[in-house]
Amino acid sequence: FQNNHIKTSRYNILTFLPVNLFEQFQRVANAYFLFLLILQLIPEISSLSWFTTIVPLVMVFTITAVKDATDDCFRHKSDNQVNNRQVEVLVDGKLQNAKWMNIKPGDIIKVENNTFVAADLLLLSSSEPHGLCYIETAELDGETNLKVRQALPVTSELGADMRKLAEFDGVVVCEPPNNKLDKFIGVLFWKNNRYSLNNEKMLLRGCVLRNTNWCFGMVIFAGPDTKLMQNSGRTKFKRTSIDRLMNTLVLWIFGFLVCMGIILAIGSSIWEHQFGAHFRIYLSWNEVVDSSVFSGFLTFWSYIIILNSVVPISLYVSVEVIRLGHSHFINCDLKMYYPKKDTPAEVRTTTLNEELGQIEYIFSDKTGTITQNIMTFNKCSINGKTYGDVYDELGRKTEVNEKTVPVDFSFNPLADKKFQFYDHSLLESIKLEDPMVYEFFRLLSLCHTVMPEEKKSGELIYQVQSPDEGALVTAARNFGFIFKSRTPDTITVEEMGKLVTYQLLAILDFNNIRKRMSVIVQTPDGQIKLYCKGADTILFERLHPSNEELMSLTSDHLEEFAGEGLRTLALAYKNLTEEHFKEWFTILQEANTSFPAAYEEIERDMMLLGATAIEDKLQEGVTETIASLSLANIKIWILTGDKQETAMNVGYSCHILTDTMNEIFIVAGHTVTEVREELRKVKEHLFGQSKDLSNGHASCEKKQESKQSSVLEEIVDGDYALVINGHSLAHALEADLENEFLDVACMCKTVICCRVTPLQKAQVVELVKKHRNAVTLAIGDGANDISMIKSAHIGVGISGEEGMQAVLASDYSFAQFRYLKRLLLVHGRWSYFRMCKFLCYFFYKNIAFTLVHFWFGFFCGFSAQTVYDPWFITLFNIVYTSLPVLAMGLFDQDVNEQNSMAYGKLYELGQLNLLFNKRKFFICIAHGIYTSFALFFIPYGAFYNTAGEDGKHIADYQSFAVTMATSLVIIVSVQIVLDTSYWTAINRFFILGSIAVYFAILFAMHSNGIFGIFPNHFPFVGNARISLGQISVWLVILLTTVVSVMPVIIFRFLKEDLHPTLTDKVRKLQRARRKQKPLQRHMRRVSRTTSRRSAYAFSHQEGFGELITSGKNM
Amino acid sequence: MKNKDNQSAQESNPRCPDSSAFKQQKLPAWKPKLTASTVLSSFFVIGLFCLLVGICLILSARSVNEIQIDYSDVCLNCSKLRESSSNWDKECNCFAHFTLQENMPGDIFMYYRLQNFYQNHRRYVLSRSDAQLLGQDVNIQNSYCAPFATYPNGTPMAPCGAIANSMFNDTVQLFYYVNSSTAIQVPLLKNGNSWWSDKNVKFRNPTSYNLSSAFAGTARPPYWQKPAYLLDEKDERNNGYINDDLIVWMRVSAFATFRNLYRRLSRTNQFADGLPAGNYTFHITYNFPVTKFQGKKQLVLSTITWSGGSNLFLGIAYTVSGAVIVLAGFVIAAIHLKRRKKKTYFQRHPK
Repeated sequence: FQNNHIKTSRYNILTFLPVNLFEQFQRVANAYFLFLLILQLIPEISSLSWFTTIVPLVMVFTITAVKDATDDCFRHKSDNQVNNRQVEVLVDGKLQNAKWMNIKPGDIIKVENNTFVAADLLLLSSSEPHGLCYIETAELDGETNLKVRQALPVTSELGADMRKLAEFDGVVVCEPPNNKLDKFIGVLFWKNNRYSLNNEKMLLRGCVLRNTNWCFGMVIFAGPDTKLMQNSGRTKFKRTSIDRLMNTLVLWIFGFLVCMGIILAIGSSIWEHQFGAHFRIYLSWNEVVDSSVFSGFLTFWSYIIILNSVVPISLYVSVEVIRLGHSHFINCDLKMYYPKKDTPAEVRTTTLNEELGQIEYIFSDKTGTITQNIMTFNKCSINGKTYGDVYDELGRKTEVNEKTVPVDFSFNPLADKKFQFYDHSLLESIKLEDPMVYEFFRLLSLCHTVMPEEKKSGELIYQVQSPDEGALVTAARNFGFIFKSRTPDTITVEEMGKLVTYQLLAILDFNNIRKRMSVIVQTPDGQIKLYCKGADTILFERLHPSNEELMSLTSDHLEEFAGEGLRTLALAYKNLTEEHFKEWFTILQEANTSFPAAYEEIERDMMLLGATAIEDKLQEGVTETIASLSLANIKIWILTGDKQETAMNVGYSCHILTDTMNEIFIVAGHTVTEVREELRKVKEHLFGQSKDLSNGHASCEKKQESKQSSVLEEIVDGDYALVINGHSLAHALEADLENEFLDVACMCKTVICCRVTPLQKAQVVELVKKHRNAVTLAIGDGANDISMIKSAHIGVGISGEEGMQAVLASDYSFAQFRYLKRLLLVHGRWSYFRMCKFLCYFFYKNIAFTLVHFWFGFFCGFSAQTVYDPWFITLFNIVYTSLPVLAMGLFDQDVNEQNSMAYGKLYELGQLNLLFNKRKFFICIAHGIYTSFALFFIPYGAFYNTAGEDGKHIADYQSFAVTMATSLVIIVSVQIVLDTSYWTAINRFFILGSIAVYFAILFAMHSNGIFGIFPNHFPFVGNARISLGQISVWLVILLTTVVSVMPVIIFRFLKEDLHPTLTDKVRKLQRARRKQKPLQRHMRRVSRTTSRRSAYAFSHQEGFGELITSGKNM
Repeated sequence: MKNKDNQSAQESNPRCPDSSAFKQQKLPAWKPKLTASTVLSSFFVIGLFCLLVGICLILSARSVNEIQIDYSDVCLNCSKLRESSSNWDKECNCFAHFTLQENMPGDIFMYYRLQNFYQNHRRYVLSRSDAQLLGQDVNIQNSYCAPFATYPNGTPMAPCGAIANSMFNDTVQLFYYVNSSTAIQVPLLKNGNSWWSDKNVKFRNPTSYNLSSAFAGTARPPYWQKPAYLLDEKDERNNGYINDDLIVWMRVSAFATFRNLYRRLSRTNQFADGLPAGNYTFHITYNFPVTKFQGKKQLVLSTITWSGGSNLFLGIAYTVSGAVIVLAGFVIAAIHLKRRKKKTYFQRHPK
């Protein structure tokens, strides 16, 4: 058995160094540099001094290690905090405080109200009657409604009796630890009896006890065995696709180096054989290396060392710096700062920024992410009149904004302060004592399964099973129909100040088929009334014919409400005569088994009261965000633990489902065959639309099929949506169906998965990751999203709400869903753009820099002589050329942020990986080779067999080195001038500064003073002064620059002129508009009018109805 | 309004980020774009400039008078003799005749030119001790001079290293035939042939009361005929490490074929205007073996111009690239105009 200690950290003090080093050496690049370092330590082949490699290498390692260490420190801290939480454990008949981590399976612990459950417990007893207790499982599955757990009757008798509890010696035999949140199978053996256990008796770690003062439970699983921990995947080290590409490219470059090394080594062997042997009178070997083959072998390694600067360590350092800079920009972005909660956006993994520009799939949680998880009573229609719209002075309908004055509920001491309603006419109607309005709110205050809790007087708290019920009851409360308390037989309501107690005769509870609920009450004056609320389609069928007119009016209103994305309910009542009720009641009791039929019987010929419209409040700006993201060709999948109706409803209200969609497929099969059949049908339908394809694909043709489908993906036109249920998903994710599922899902514009477990969320993400080779992003706020957040390429957590687990597991966090748009379309796109530009330039620069040695090899007897001063080689990447390219990598913008957001199409560059791929890489390489060629052969030709303008040296090695180095610095600076598209003061400063620094250092190192101190290390004394004083040297530099830069300008210009990309066009537009005020692009408002979704859809199980009438909870 | 919001937000919220232009990535910036006019005008300007420079360079290089005499073939006997290292102490003289058809006016520089001599070989380039040449007392065992650092008996070589050891040690004198029988020696300058910085900073003799004592305890490099302090006995300021011939040699060449300045014409008497036309003879004391590694030796007499020597490469390269750039400019202009026409055509006649 495991104890309750959990560990999410990766290292401890002892293992840190070896494990971290091991992890770092797993990076191909780091291992490569270590290898080079070892080579440089061998004197025979060392063509560069060893510290040129070791200094940067050690620097990189330390920085990375420090970063990893601090990250892990935070993990240790949070682990410690969780592990050291206090809990009361029953030891020797007494309660003792203990730390969470010290709990073992078999312990009996006490959980108090509003605290977290420490481990997976078997509920033994609770403060409530019948061993009931209420829990909230938000951390586990994201559902915020209360759930009931009930202890076994035998154990619930134990109560809070310590002695009896201590004597409890039951033995539980159960399944091994697993990650299924909704299943538990076990057997309790106690006092020679056998009791079977199921999930209803379990309290899982991560739940919060609500509405129950205390309960006792026996620990079944602890620590890593708990279902919560089983559900959270292992922390994986995330890499971006550019990282992976870079690793491949480094390998290629290494291969390239080896090829060049081999060519030069063969050259060296031949040279030694043909020439060097005779030249030995002047240049004998220290210890004679006779064989020319062996000398070639040594030369090979020497060249590997020299040429390694193609991929210098500074590349990796710079990449990290750029990512840090981008992360900093995200952290500092005011437009992603949420002032209400004082939460700025936060980058928690700094190495993923450019991947934000390549997202193809977004997996989003619903509750708390897209929606605020707040239901508000928004509008209503009472007796053919709508309330809830706001009109301005001129009688025009306006949007609710901050200036709109909400209805003042101060007359009502019990009003809920948070409730806001803007239409004053409703209150006026109440004040006028309109009987229909009274009846409307009476219904709302009576017909529900809410439980009240009056803590202090004037402070009324409703425990609701579904938030929309709460919204309705709260609305009634604010309008003066205050639901005060209930007993199994009565409901007490304060109606406009008077306490009225109704006899509760029957609750006709909600279920999925009925889609309505009713109560039958007897008013104090003896009238028996049936109040019913439910889906309009259902309800309208059971109205009294006299309602025809009102019905069509209300129906219009409902359509209007639904068009605004509100959830609607129709309300009706019916007066019953006592005889009628009694008659019916006896039928009901006789036909105990077939409730529905009896219910049907009485819910007839009702009188329509009106309708309510509840808003499942979306987070701010969700609709716009989703619209722009889908404009950017990002597919959004909603994965939610909620039920299908709710999920679809939200889908409609945030416009990812629309009525203009050609078809919405719903897959809800319970068995493999059903699901297979359903998927097949969907597929047929999709293919049938586009092409008449034979649909009899055998499973053996699956491979072929998936190939075809990628083609078909393009062909399928029209918008489709797929809604799939959790239990179907479980089958769809099995190996033989996953391909089919994915094919279908990817062809649909929208996919909604409902009732999914956390692990399924992760599985869906993995599936897309694996088979679509696409970059995925998961966004969520709750603990149930952790596994999804972890398994996606990028995980985003919504911060600011209570639960922080998702944020802790995420790579990015911010307070509002709408910031996602900015994160991806602005920051992500820029990051990707900058990183690609940076990499292209960096590879170009270093190829140009290094390949000169290859050309020189043919002229210096393949001796691995460097072209440049060793100091120049050391400083070139670190000092002379690092800052301009960093500035470009940090600040460059192709298109400004407004246009980045307005033209979603621009985002496709990243999705299709167009800015840096193997082709681009080869272009960079070719460009670099060309430059190095010009760089070497122009000075070579100019200096061949010539003298300076004073007749003295000019073609000497040192002058040649200085000329080349200066040309190189100038060429790469000019190149970055061409590459930079956004010139800030910093860019200008860095580019000019780098050139200035180059000359300053050059002159300093060639000065008399430094030579006097270290004559052997600075042998270039006086060189800069004399070489750079010659006109011909400058002419050479100028020609080299012109020749290497001009073709680039030609290509760039022609490309932009003949095939302008979208970026070019937008840039052009941007320039043209600079003087004018930038045009505001209005998002096309999508309005829906046709369909209406009416649903009393919100609770997952049947309500508390039975519980209430049975009186168990009182 | 928004700013106000931000400000008030900042006051009440400690975690609110700065609204500085830097952090919000709103720094004012210049966004250059390649437009047709800038690209084309720059092409024409740069192209014409290159053409101009190229033509100037070609003209100036053509104006250089240069004569080059290969004496490794002329002095075949000596070459043969030097192939065997056992003959190192046998003197070998040889003569190379040539005729100047025209006067060579101005400053005349005399170079020796070596072919196939890999002064740029890595091990060769390394094989020196700058500290030693600076006159410092250093342990040359630690330098890269080996195997030309010390003799087996431990005596250090001065100067050490392969470069110094392989110093060009032919002596050349130039004779001018005033008439067919009488020849007078052309006065040549040994001094001022090296860079100022080399002569005055980089190379220093070790300090002592006289030069020979300064070199006490050291020995000449094996291939030298005389020790360093006897390189120029007549001129104290051209002796030892600061001998111009040594300094010039120690500045290794970038390529295997190179020319080093050997002497300059002293413009006195009848040579005040340069070398008059007529017959000349190089009188060579042949010490430096080259045939073994298929090397060649030449002597060059040349005038110079502002752009250096007679190398035409730079001028041609400039001319060619200038021409290509101008041509490219025309092509681009043509493409651009054609495209614009098409575009306006489409605009006028929308589909």
